[in-house]
Amino acid sequence: MPSTSSPPAPLLPGWYTLGEPPQLIGSHCAGCGSHYFPRLATGCRNPDCSDSRLEDVPLSHNGRLWSFTTASYQPPAPYVAAEPFVPFALAAVELERERMIVLGQVVAGVDLDTLRIGMAMELVIEPVPAENEPAGRLLWKWRPAGAAP
Amino acid sequence: MSREVVILGAGMHPWGKWGRNFVEYGVAAARAALADAGVAWRDIRFVSGGATMRCGYPGYVAGATFAQALGWQGAEVNSSYAACATGSQALAAARAKILGGEVELALVVGADTTPKGFLAPARGERPDDPDWVRFRIGVTNPTYFGLYAQRRMHLYGDTVEDFALVKAKNSEHGVHNVLARYRKRFTPEEVAASAIVAAPLRLMDICATSDGGAALVLASRDYARRLGRGDAPRLAAISVVTPTFPSALLEMPDLATDGAMAATPASFRAALPQKAYEEAGLGPEDIDLAEVYDLSTALELDWIEDLQLCPRGEAAALLRSGATRLGGRIPVNPSGGLACFGEAVPAQALAQVCELVWQLRGQAGARQVEGARAGITCNQGLFGHGSAVIVTR
Ligand SMILES: [Zn+2]
Repeated sequence: MPSTSSPPAPLLPGWYTLGEPPQLIGSHCAGCGSHYFPRLATGCRNPDCSDSRLEDVPLSHNGRLWSFTTASYQPPAPYVAAEPFVPFALAAVELERERMIVLGQVVAGVDLDTLRIGMAMELVIEPVPAENEPAGRLLWKWRPAGAAP
Repeated sequence: MSREVVILGAGMHPWGKWGRNFVEYGVAAARAALADAGVAWRDIRFVSGGATMRCGYPGYVAGATFAQALGWQGAEVNSSYAACATGSQALAAARAKILGGEVELALVVGADTTPKGFLAPARGERPDDPDWVRFRIGVTNPTYFGLYAQRRMHLYGDTVEDFALVKAKNSEHGVHNVLARYRKRFTPEEVAASAIVAAPLRLMDICATSDGGAALVLASRDYARRLGRGDAPRLAAISVVTPTFPSALLEMPDLATDGAMAATPASFRAALPQKAYEEAGLGPEDIDLAEVYDLSTALELDWIEDLQLCPRGEAAALLRSGATRLGGRIPVNPSGGLACFGEAVPAQALAQVCELVWQLRGQAGARQVEGARAGITCNQGLFGHGSAVIVTR
């Protein structure tokens, strides 16, 4: 059985940096300027661009809230829930530079009534429950920009 | 188009949570459609099945599964899968065979048996599959419906009371449909009293998953004339276009849209009926009724605008005016919609067309849209599959 003190590993290795500030890692097309998340192995998806050389780039750490909702019931597997399940919020955030909308959980403790479409949001990395790993796994989440950690 | 394709017969197995083999529902629907068409199974030269991914191998090869159950008779066979647009894809395959002059008579069948609760992805640890990743993160189908609904409230001032009114309206329609799973009138107050699932949406704003089956018999207009059925409703358009780059909306099962720096995003949902209108040579003003994919109540309002039945942002006002209820200017989901049926994926797009057929023939009983001459369906599934179908009289 793994020790409870082992540091959590990323849930999706290579999808985000763990540094400060954390960032999602996407693909950027030098040919047309398009961004993608998650990273693309199949070349640019712009039908008018034949460029297949995509480079890995960190995406904006900040964005604007595009919309939000809740997971009030426990999602099915492969979602791993804490016991008991704690409902959580989800946010779709439009990244500042890339104008790409990225979905993710909202950090715990944010009052839904304080969320406003258009408000500034920032990316954080937090553990989420994982099977047989008490420390959980690290995943990106959204929180209102400047909110206390 | 020199050749015309008509719908000779429509048949369904009632929607419910029966828990039986999907083949039973498909065969029952097929027999009902054949009887409605007044043609013999032996005369069908092309069988097009809508596949299901939830019932093992017989579901993947649904066309052959249904053909065997009805009795092998040497017809050509096809199986199609296109998520919620599966039925339309199977329909398009049959129409192409008739338009190409290869066959005169074709049968299209879709049926499903669904598990309880949320639709979930295939098993295993598969981080390369966006469908797996989003469920691992806790993003279910209602997540997307909740995001879209919240967006409507922000952009257009829609309220949760508007969403509840959609459910109440559709339940009024479904009461009159013996094929519907839920045949009970719900008030907006009852919707508001149900539990939140994906804020701002409640349990009764979101459609259930159901078992069911639907089938259609297609023929060339000439063949129908020879049967004395030259006036059968015409299959005037099938649109199964893909989205265009870059994506404008966060779509199931994606976690992100394409970046919108290189080009301007366009709406996928709006593109589906647009192509159907062009193909049929009709406009939204010609449409008498619409069967739309109300996976959620708020989504029905999005579809009404995507169909151009009113300007963008005005669907809630149209709903409040009573225009979208039976007896109104443009009834939406006279069948009761997914709100009363629940979703049986490979059968649903065909069930929508069945309702159009009965409406255009004037056989919809208490649900009848008076004088209906043209109807449209629309739906959208995962991974860029969607469809819109127009049937005319
Ligand atoms: Zn490119």
